[in-house]
Amino acid sequence: MNFDRYVRWIKPFVFLLCLAPMGRLGWKAWNHVLGANPIQEITFSTGTWTLVFLCITLSVTPLRQILHQPWLIRFRRMFGLFAFFHACLHFTTYLWLDKFFDVHEIVKDVYKRPFITAGFTAFVALIPLACTSTKGMIRRLGGKRWQMLHRLVYVSATAGVVHYYWLVKSDVRVPVRYGVIVALLLGYRLLKTLLSRWGGTPDVEREARPSAAL
Amino acid sequence: MLIKKSNDIPSSEITPKSVYLNRRRFITGAVALGASALAVRELSGLLPPPPVVYAGVKLPGLVKSPLSTSETQTPFKDVTNYNNYFEFSTDKYEPAHLAVNFRTRPWTVKVEGEVLKPKVYDVDQLMKMAALEERIYRHRCVEGWSIVVPWAGFPLSVLINQVQPTSKAKYVQFLTALDSNQMPGLRYGGLDWPYSEGLRLDEAMNPLALLCFGLYGEALPNQNGAPVRVILPWKYGFKSGKSIVKIRFVEHQPPTAWSTATPSEYGFYSNVNPEVDHPRWSQATERRLGEYMKRKTLMFNGYGDQVAHLYTGMDLRKNY
Repeated sequence: MNFDRYVRWIKPFVFLLCLAPMGRLGWKAWNHVLGANPIQEITFSTGTWTLVFLCITLSVTPLRQILHQPWLIRFRRMFGLFAFFHACLHFTTYLWLDKFFDVHEIVKDVYKRPFITAGFTAFVALIPLACTSTKGMIRRLGGKRWQMLHRLVYVSATAGVVHYYWLVKSDVRVPVRYGVIVALLLGYRLLKTLLSRWGGTPDVEREARPSAAL
Repeated sequence: MLIKKSNDIPSSEITPKSVYLNRRRFITGAVALGASALAVRELSGLLPPPPVVYAGVKLPGLVKSPLSTSETQTPFKDVTNYNNYFEFSTDKYEPAHLAVNFRTRPWTVKVEGEVLKPKVYDVDQLMKMAALEERIYRHRCVEGWSIVVPWAGFPLSVLINQVQPTSKAKYVQFLTALDSNQMPGLRYGGLDWPYSEGLRLDEAMNPLALLCFGLYGEALPNQNGAPVRVILPWKYGFKSGKSIVKIRFVEHQPPTAWSTATPSEYGFYSNVNPEVDHPRWSQATERRLGEYMKRKTLMFNGYGDQVAHLYTGMDLRKNY
């Protein structure tokens, strides 16, 4: 079945679905059912969904290749931008509700607290990716350079997991779960690169990707 | 050939399993209750057995205390639904559900070690050792949030004086209940169980240190550490052990749960101190539950007048 022709119809639904977590959070905030520590809840929720969307974005390529469903790539930008959207909300929560725009405190935090440093790195790494996500920017940068730049998402996902792992008090089960997922997603890529480099087969995928990314 | 099956019991007459089990539990409970009542009666010289006080039972006639703060109290709902009780779960909202059926009677507290009068107290008996006071205290969690709670209890010193520590007793250790059948959080080995906390004897004798049986005028909800816990308002919350089964007087500083798990992050003293940060986050500010802005954390959580003298000459950066 050729899903390609349905993508433009599915996309609005997926878009709305991606908005659902924040819709739910907003509804809870409006009805005052965010629990005893609402700001903590908002911080936690936006942070978690950033990681979830980073994982979804990173799983597009492996799924597309393993399942032979090239049309999946057409959702990747949207997922990536949703990761950035949640990261912005998460960062704003920190900036506004946690630090009240106290720049001095924030600079100290980023410098002094490893978990903030990691989180900040994860966030900053996403900014150029969001900025260069348009068709025009891909054309201007050229497929190869664009692709190189967008490998920053690996840094962002890794730093995001480290950020989570470092902030929990003692129960690291959930951050470790995210760590395993990200490790699998990045491991897949590493394995593929190594196989194509040493196996002698030319990496057709790599040649094809820039155009597919469009 | 006709086989009559006249002996079949109609399904309407079969006792449902739940009823059957309830009956069993009722009988076991009744027997246990009877036995403990008998034991208590023997111990307390044929007095009538004290009434059983479960979570939520009103504690009438609480004496007001000059040590109470007049700050706005954190709503009951928040105090009883946002709990760190790792024996049940590392999630803060879970203990309120998971601890609902936690059995807090019969309950004994064993006082042992370097004391002249070691004793096993029944908790209902222990509660009557002194008039229960209402103490409205600030309570600051090491994670950076805080609450104001009207606790009910009496000074820990009352019990200490009763058991008469020997000259060898330098520290007091508190041990929390440990029951993996009732505490699902124990399956995850985040800490060394049973949860152990401790104080220097002079800290334990400080008038602020409370042996606590209730909050908001009623017996402690299970998730808040029923049936008996300690409250040490000048220290981070984790120092105030919950559901205590053993109080031990010892000569040497006892191991404490968090400090054993991560010695670089949690010390024995763990006094609230805005100047000494947790290695991973600042302790300069806190979020009072229900408030939008963060507030400055006070030295000794604002109880410096009462406790600062305990630490004169000590480097609080080293003794965090």
